[in-house]
Amino acid sequence: MSQVSDARTGQAIDLNRISRIPSGPIAQKWDKHKFDLKLVSPTNKRKFTIIVVGSGLAGASAASSLAELGYNVHCVTLHDSPRRAHSIAAQGGINAAKNYQNDGDSVYRLFYDTIKGGDFRSREANVYRLAQVSTAIIDHCVAQGVPFAREYGGTLANRTFGGAQVSRTFYARGQTGQQLLLGAYGSLMRQVQLGKVRLHVRREMLDLVVIDGVARGIVCRNLVTGDFETLAGHAVLLCTGGYGNAYYLSTNAKGSNVTAAWRAYKRGAFFANPCFTQIHPTCIPVTGDYQSKLTLMSESLRNDGRVWVPAKPNDRRPPNEIPENERDYYLERRYPAFGNMVPRDVASRNAKERCDAGYGIGETGRAVYLDFAQAIARDGEEVIRQKYGNLFHMYQKITAEDPYKVPMRIYPAIHYTMGGLWVDYNLQSTIPGLYVLGEANFSDHGANRLGASALMQGLADGYFVIPYTIGDHLATSKLPPVTTDHPAFKETMVEARNRVERILSVHGKRTVDSIHRELGITLWDYCGMARNADGLKHAIEKIRSLREEFWTNVKVLGRGQELNQNLEYAGRVADFLEFGELLATDALTRNESCGGHFREEYQTPDGEARRDDENFCHVAAWQYNGPDQEPTLHKEQLKFEEVQLTQRSYK
Amino acid sequence: MSGKLNLTLKIWRQPSPEARGEFKTYTLNGISTEMSFLEMLDILNSQLIERGEEPVAFDNDCREGICGACGVMINGQPHGPDRGTTTCQLHMRRFKNNDTIVIEPWRARAFPVLRDLVVDRSAFDRIIAAGGYVSVNVGNAPDGNVIPVPKTKADAALDAAACIGCGACVAACKNASASLFTGARISQFALLPQGQPERAKRVQQMVAQMDAEGFGACTFTTECEAACPAEISVANITRMNREYLRALFTATP
Repeated sequence: MSQVSDARTGQAIDLNRISRIPSGPIAQKWDKHKFDLKLVSPTNKRKFTIIVVGSGLAGASAASSLAELGYNVHCVTLHDSPRRAHSIAAQGGINAAKNYQNDGDSVYRLFYDTIKGGDFRSREANVYRLAQVSTAIIDHCVAQGVPFAREYGGTLANRTFGGAQVSRTFYARGQTGQQLLLGAYGSLMRQVQLGKVRLHVRREMLDLVVIDGVARGIVCRNLVTGDFETLAGHAVLLCTGGYGNAYYLSTNAKGSNVTAAWRAYKRGAFFANPCFTQIHPTCIPVTGDYQSKLTLMSESLRNDGRVWVPAKPNDRRPPNEIPENERDYYLERRYPAFGNMVPRDVASRNAKERCDAGYGIGETGRAVYLDFAQAIARDGEEVIRQKYGNLFHMYQKITAEDPYKVPMRIYPAIHYTMGGLWVDYNLQSTIPGLYVLGEANFSDHGANRLGASALMQGLADGYFVIPYTIGDHLATSKLPPVTTDHPAFKETMVEARNRVERILSVHGKRTVDSIHRELGITLWDYCGMARNADGLKHAIEKIRSLREEFWTNVKVLGRGQELNQNLEYAGRVADFLEFGELLATDALTRNESCGGHFREEYQTPDGEARRDDENFCHVAAWQYNGPDQEPTLHKEQLKFEEVQLTQRSYK
Repeated sequence: MSGKLNLTLKIWRQPSPEARGEFKTYTLNGISTEMSFLEMLDILNSQLIERGEEPVAFDNDCREGICGACGVMINGQPHGPDRGTTTCQLHMRRFKNNDTIVIEPWRARAFPVLRDLVVDRSAFDRIIAAGGYVSVNVGNAPDGNVIPVPKTKADAALDAAACIGCGACVAACKNASASLFTGARISQFALLPQGQPERAKRVQQMVAQMDAEGFGACTFTTECEAACPAEISVANITRMNREYLRALFTATP
């Protein structure tokens, strides 16, 4: 392991030393840690200012909770309103170990399912804490007035999600993310009204300001006027989501990007496990080369929908003309214990395998059926409509097909990214004072996230972790007063402005969109559902030449001093073009298959992911070394004290 | 299945909030009927950039009809001709070859134009800030099942809470009233036990803010319901009015 020193202390960085995982039995770690953390007294809290970047579940919950405690908070979002953050699009639900169904759930079982679902590549202590606080999240959201689904007796309803054999998922029809976000957004706006949060909408963070090795502020661009603005504070929280849009086509919103995280990486925050990307099995298939995004059909549909392909290859008959005995319900056949409810990586890989083998359906042959006929016959159309009405409606809007009558056609698509900035148990990155929450960090989902766990993690980080851990930084660090007049702010702002002006000065011939599409196809082909060393090496070369193409031939019109959406987009794509190389490099370095990272060279005889626990039971955290320099790989060894490492089996 | 369309687009172009805007006409050929409306605009923008003309600015994000960022007037109808549909979920199969499509931003005093089709909807945030929440701090909550909520009430609250905050209701209304938006949020909490402690104060403050933002009054022509992509019912406006009346008698000053 290389020995790179910490900027402040001069000591070599050893991630295992600085991960701050508490000692003691797993069930007591968080309670013990909370007691050990230093506190900021109520009257002192108002002396501190926290900058929260992002207003999704992690950002809105963190900003409102910290303001409730008495801190001064800035909340920055690139949207026109905090409510637009992409958490809003989460459909299926949020897990919690309530055991309301009396079906054997517990904190330990949720912990175990999440560790196993992540293919044993996440931190035990973090995941256990997540399972512990999951129950308080539901309580808080209910108190906020989130209209969760209810039984007739008035109690909360649950459904089942992939990778679990209990019903622990709370939901609000197919719009759970929307309702949870509107709850957090309400709390945030309450604090705005009380003057404890200052909201900065239509602002994009373009750089992090680090002073004496500590994160002290940000530079952002006002997306309406084009002005560069700076904010100073005592800590910065990145709640900026994932990087799925590196692939161009994904289920992410068009504006989702890696820029804030990438800027932090270039200022010294380590980027962990970028190759852990989640391909969601149930998305509406690609239809044309003009397509701008892919739409997810919630995993909850697999509760009632059965996945199948024709039993004979290249069978082009319409689905209703294929009799039962000529259909292959391949998930039920291969995984009898979990059936259609296997985890996402397993379901995606199996869909790809069937299509590669020639059993795919539809015009392109890159799709499988998700069929509700049996559930409709059993429960009636009305019951199915109640559960999934808005999803069926959305499917019909996009495809012009009625899923009550013909099976849905689905295919996997990039959906979520488990990798992200490295954080310690306190959610602090390798830059002191820079915290990373939600999808933007790497910590809880290992190599594959289970369904209904993203909402849980975003809210856990914001409502129940950061309010405790940030106090330790504020109480124990020397934080001399800093304003935006400090030279570091000016320097960082000039760098950010120069980058924007450089984009405008290329005056080339290619649109940003066309370059982004090419990057996306490269990543999808060589770093998607299946990867191999030759392909990844090719992808790295290709990405380098695309980056060159961008900086010599991109065409961005207009000025910097105005609302210029194409310029915003160009900046994000420029960062994806750098980040994409790190993603592929990480995938090339991890010589094993685990979860969503499937290297073709490493598989079991029956085609399942084959882990290499001896050599790769670690977090791969990358350190930036300057432009066109190879990044340094640091390893945090994952220690499993509680759970025995096994080959995942859902059979 | 899929066909190709040749279209004439008349689009509102306005370089800045202060500038005088105007309609500009563009022709666009070979548009697939399988495309979404915004993908059609993407193609137009790519062609404009290649020709050296500045692309049309429009807000959009999730492109699955839930974030509420997108929304334009299409031939005089907010989000276009389909019921219960956002602009991003409208597909070109809804149009015919050689159609002329007129595209404008939301028109309302409370939603000033920032550029082209982009408007400032922060007035909605300020209405929510005035009281569109339950004032509960993290850490205070009892067990989720301590407060039973009848299924019918929870369902009705969710029907109201489904609002995506896009602003189509305001754009559809001849008075540019925000009553459907505001009534939906008030209804969500009026229907739930959690909303009861602040019930009277909430409706008074949110209605006052709605008026302060310069939205018009509701004269109940129900265009808003017809335009709403989340199919929010005007029953929420009548509930808001009842709540307001009720608050006059029950609110403590």
